[in-house]
Amino acid sequence: MKKDYSHVISKIDAIATKIYDDFQKTEIPFVNLPTRTKANIKFDENLNVWKYGKSITERNAKSLDGAYMLLRTMFMADFIKEMIKINKSSTLREMYYISEGWDLAKFHSQQESNLLAEDLEVITSCMREDFKLRPEEDGARVIGNVMIEEMTRNKTKKKIHCQDDVGDAGYLIPYNVEPEKITFKSIDADFVIAIETGGMFDRLVENGFDTSNRAVLVHLKGQPARSTRRFIKRLSEEVNIPVLVFTDCDPWSYRIFASIAYGAIKTAHISEYLTTPTSQYLGVTPSDIENYDLPTDSLTKEDINALKSELSDPRFQDSFWKGEIKLQLKMGKKSEQQALAKYGLDYVTDTYLPEKLDEMGMSRK
Amino acid sequence: MNNFIITISITVAGCIVLQFMEGIILGKITAHELAKKQKEISVAEFFERNKHILGFGNQTRALITSVKEGVDNGLDACEEANILPDIYVEIKNHENGECKVIVEDNGPGVIKKQIPHIFGRLLYGSRFYAIRQSRGQQGIGISAVVLYGQLTTGKHAKIISKVAQDRPAVVTELAIDTNKNRAEVINKDTVHWDKPCGTRVEVSIIADYKRGKRFVYDYLLSTSIVNPHAQIIYREPDGTEHIFERTSETLPKKSVEIKPHPYGVELGTLIKIAKNTKSRKLSTFLKTEFSSMGDRTTNSAIQKANLDKNLNPKEMSREQFLALHSAFKEVKIMAPSIECLSPIGETLIKRSLKHETQEISPEFIVTASRPPSVYSGNPFQVEVGLVYGGKLPKEETIKILRFANRVPLLYQQGGCVTTQAISSIDWRRYGLNQPSGKGIPSGPAIFLTHISSTLIPFTSESKEAIADVTEIENEIKLAFRECARKVQYHIHKEIRRAKTREKFNLITKILPEIAKKSANMLNKPIPSLDTIITKIMDVVWIEDLIEYEKIKRESIQTTLIGESPEQQIEGTITKSRIMVINYKHTPQKFNLYAIIPEDAVVGTVSPKPSKVSNNYIKWSLETIPPAKKIDINFELAGLEKGDFDENDLYVENINPTYVIGADKWEGN
Repeated sequence: MKKDYSHVISKIDAIATKIYDDFQKTEIPFVNLPTRTKANIKFDENLNVWKYGKSITERNAKSLDGAYMLLRTMFMADFIKEMIKINKSSTLREMYYISEGWDLAKFHSQQESNLLAEDLEVITSCMREDFKLRPEEDGARVIGNVMIEEMTRNKTKKKIHCQDDVGDAGYLIPYNVEPEKITFKSIDADFVIAIETGGMFDRLVENGFDTSNRAVLVHLKGQPARSTRRFIKRLSEEVNIPVLVFTDCDPWSYRIFASIAYGAIKTAHISEYLTTPTSQYLGVTPSDIENYDLPTDSLTKEDINALKSELSDPRFQDSFWKGEIKLQLKMGKKSEQQALAKYGLDYVTDTYLPEKLDEMGMSRK
Repeated sequence: MNNFIITISITVAGCIVLQFMEGIILGKITAHELAKKQKEISVAEFFERNKHILGFGNQTRALITSVKEGVDNGLDACEEANILPDIYVEIKNHENGECKVIVEDNGPGVIKKQIPHIFGRLLYGSRFYAIRQSRGQQGIGISAVVLYGQLTTGKHAKIISKVAQDRPAVVTELAIDTNKNRAEVINKDTVHWDKPCGTRVEVSIIADYKRGKRFVYDYLLSTSIVNPHAQIIYREPDGTEHIFERTSETLPKKSVEIKPHPYGVELGTLIKIAKNTKSRKLSTFLKTEFSSMGDRTTNSAIQKANLDKNLNPKEMSREQFLALHSAFKEVKIMAPSIECLSPIGETLIKRSLKHETQEISPEFIVTASRPPSVYSGNPFQVEVGLVYGGKLPKEETIKILRFANRVPLLYQQGGCVTTQAISSIDWRRYGLNQPSGKGIPSGPAIFLTHISSTLIPFTSESKEAIADVTEIENEIKLAFRECARKVQYHIHKEIRRAKTREKFNLITKILPEIAKKSANMLNKPIPSLDTIITKIMDVVWIEDLIEYEKIKRESIQTTLIGESPEQQIEGTITKSRIMVINYKHTPQKFNLYAIIPEDAVVGTVSPKPSKVSNNYIKWSLETIPPAKKIDINFELAGLEKGDFDENDLYVENINPTYVIGADKWEGN
C-alpha cells in the first residue's frame, strides 16, 4: 500500500511560493508559525490535550538568524521533495549530516535540524512521517501480559507476547507504532506503569511485579520518544487501561509526566496523537520524600529555576502540582526512584507501590 | 684623603650619631674612649653592610640588579652619544651558584683614564646634581655591581672599552679598595675588538640564576617596550638567544639640563648653591641659579622673605636662607621648563606594545599621554598604555608594567603610586572584573605606566616603587581614565562592527541564496533583490580598510657611527580607503571626518577634502543616490606599519543612527 504524498508536496511548494512572491512584491520574505513556547500553549477542551495557542512568530529575513532559518527551511523542503520523488527515507541524524553539503544552510547541531523539522511540521500541518524523516530506535522497552502483532521487514505479521516471547529486556518499541506496523491482539492487565529509569524497570521485572500485580511495565528511557508516547496512548485507549507514571522526584521528571499526560511544548502541534490525558502521576512526589524519609540531594540552581518555571507553566496549574512544587522548593531537596532501595530491594514492590496504588484506588481487589 | 666621609648621607650620619648617644646615656663608654673608635667609614664599606638598600638583598635580586645596572648604563651612554643602542646581555651560569654577567653596548666607550673611576668607585658620576631626565642618578649603579661581585666571589671585574674605530680596545681588570673607595687596577692590556666603539663589562657574582631567570627576561622585555629605539640581545646560559628588536629608528629627544626650581630645592641645597655661586647679589643669584625666576618673581620672593636684594649670598645667615626658602613657597612661580623631560610618545608606546604582544594578538591597544606637570618643583609627565583581549588570561588580575624614566620597576608593585591610582578607578564599566569597584582589576589586560621626571620620587634607593605623591597619582588617574574611555569606545565599536558584518552577510550571501532556492524549487527566474536590500539595511554604510606600502626613503637619522649618511631606510605609507554606500531609499548628503595621528604627514587625499587640520581630514560629500557608493582615499606618511591601524570616522549633518561605521561628530 503506497502512501500518497501529493498533499505533502503541495504544502511544501506553498512555502517556496510564499517566499518567492514576497521577493516579487519587494517585501522582506517571512513565514508565520505558532509561537512554540510555554506561554503559548492552551488547553484544548475538545481534544483534552494542550495545543499551541493563537500567538504567532514571524520568521523574516531582516535579521541574520531569521534569514538563515528561511534558507534552511528552503533547503530542507527541497530535500524532502527529493526523497518523496525517489521514494527513500532518512533518519533525522542522516538529514543532519546531509546538510553538511548545503554550504551556508548547513546545521551546526542535530538539535537545530530536529527543531527545524518540527517547525516544518507546524508550518505545513504535516507529520514527520509525511516528510519521510524518522528518528532512531531509542530502545524503550515493554514487559507485561500483552500480545502484539508486528509487521516485520519481510512484510509478514508476527505475534509477540511481551512476557513469554521476550527476554528480561522486554519488547523493544519500534519507531513506527501506527496500526499498519503494530496491533494489540490481546491484553490481560489492570494498568500500565511507565517508568523513567532503566534501573527501576529492571527492579520491577526482577521482582516479577508485572505478574504479581497484573501490570504492563513500560520503560520511558528519560524523556520519552514520540513512538513511546504514541505506543502508550494507543495501548491505553484501544484496550482502555489506566496509565501510571513513575519517575524520579525532580522538575525534569515532572516534565516527562507532562509530555505523556498533557502534551509537550515542542510537540504541541501533534498533542492529540501523542498524549494520554487520563494518565496519572504515581510518584516519587516531594510528599513521598517526607512520608518515606527518602535519601535526598540538594536542589541545584538549575533545578530551582526549572521548578519556578513550572509554577508559571499553564500545564502545572492544578492544586496537586502547585502544592508539590512549592513543597519541594521549600524543602530544597530532590530524590530518585531508586532511593527507595534504602529499605531493601523488595521495598518498592512490597510496600511502596502497593501503598501508592491503594492511595490511587488502583489496588488489586 | 680621598675617602668619602659618611656625612654625605644624612640618614647614615643620623643613624650613627644616634648609636653614639645611646652609648653616652648608658654611661658605659666615655666620649674619649668613643673618639678612639670613631673613624671614617668608606661608602664601599657602608655598601658592604647595607647591600639590600641598593637591590642586592638576596641572590635573585642581585642577578637582576646587576643586569639592570649594566643595561641602564649602556642605554644612557649610547643616547648621550646619539647612537642607536645595541645592547648585548649574556649570563653564564656555573655550578657553584656563581654567575658571570656580561653586558655590552655600542656606546661611545670610556677613555682609559676614567675606567677605574667609573667602574671602581662608588658615587662617581657625571649626573650627580644634573636636573634632567636620565636613568641613573647617584653614580652607584655599575660600581655597586663590581663591588657585589668582588664581595661574593672574590673575582675581579673585567672591562673592555673602545672609544674610536681606529683605536684598539682597552681591557682593564679591576677590584675596589673598599677602605679608600678607589679602584685597584689589576691588569691592563689592549686588544683588537671588531666593534667601532663600545663598552663590555664582565662581572662574576653569586646569584640564584634558576629563580632569577624569568625576571631577567621580563626586565629585558619590559626595557625593550619603553626603549623602542634599542635592540637588546639576551643569551641565556644554555645558549638560547632572545632578540628584542628595535621598532623605532629615531633616538628619543635629548633631555636638556635645567637649573633647580625654587619649589623643589631643599634648604641645604640652597645654602650649598649659594656658597658656590659667582653672583654677588641675592637678586642676580636667584635669577641665574634657578629656573623660572624672572624679575618680578625674584623681587616678590625677596620681599616676602624680608631681605635686601643686594645681600651677598655668600654672607647670608642660616636664618636668612630659611626665610628665603619659606618665601619660595608663598610666591607664585611658573612651572619649570619641560625640555628636561623626554617622554616616549603615544605612537611609539603603541608600536612597542604591539610588537611585544604579537603572540597574544590583542583585540586593541590604547594609549594616553598627559601634558607635563610639576610636583615640588620637579617636572614630570605621565604616559600610559593598555593592551586588551586576545590570548591574555581572562580570570587573572591584570598585569601592570611600571616604568620610570624608561627603566622597568619590577618589585614592590603594591607600594607604588601607580598601583594605588589604578586601584582607585572603577574598572567594572570597562569590561574588567573588580569586586566592589576597588583594587587591582582582573581581566584580559596589560596596563603600562611610564613616568618621566627629573627626579623620580622613589620610596627607596633600590628604586623599585614610586612614592605616594598626590600630583603624580592624579595624573596617572587622569591618564587611565582617558584610556578607559577609549576602551569603552572600542568595545562599543566592536559590537557595532559585528552587527555590520552580520547585515552584510545577510544581504550579500544569504538573501540571494534564499531567492535562488525558491526560484529553483518552483522553476521560475531568480527575482531581483535591490529594493529589498535597501529595505533591510535602511542605513548609510561606511566600511574602511587600511593598507601599508613600503617605500624607500632617505635616512633622516644622523648618528655618530653612521658610515654612510645616505644609507637608505625603508619607510611606510599608510593608505586608508573608505567606502560610503547609501543603503537608504532616499539620497543622502553629509560631512565626513577622519581622525589622523598628530605626528602623521597627510599625502594624497581624494576626493578633495574641505579641510585638513593636524588631527583630522574633513570632506563635504556630494549627494549619494540610493544604492550608490563613494570611495574616499587618503595617505599618511611618517608612520610605521601598524601605527595607524584603524580609522576613526565621524559624520555631521546626518542623523547618526542612520549610519553604520561612523559616530556623531562632536566638534574637535
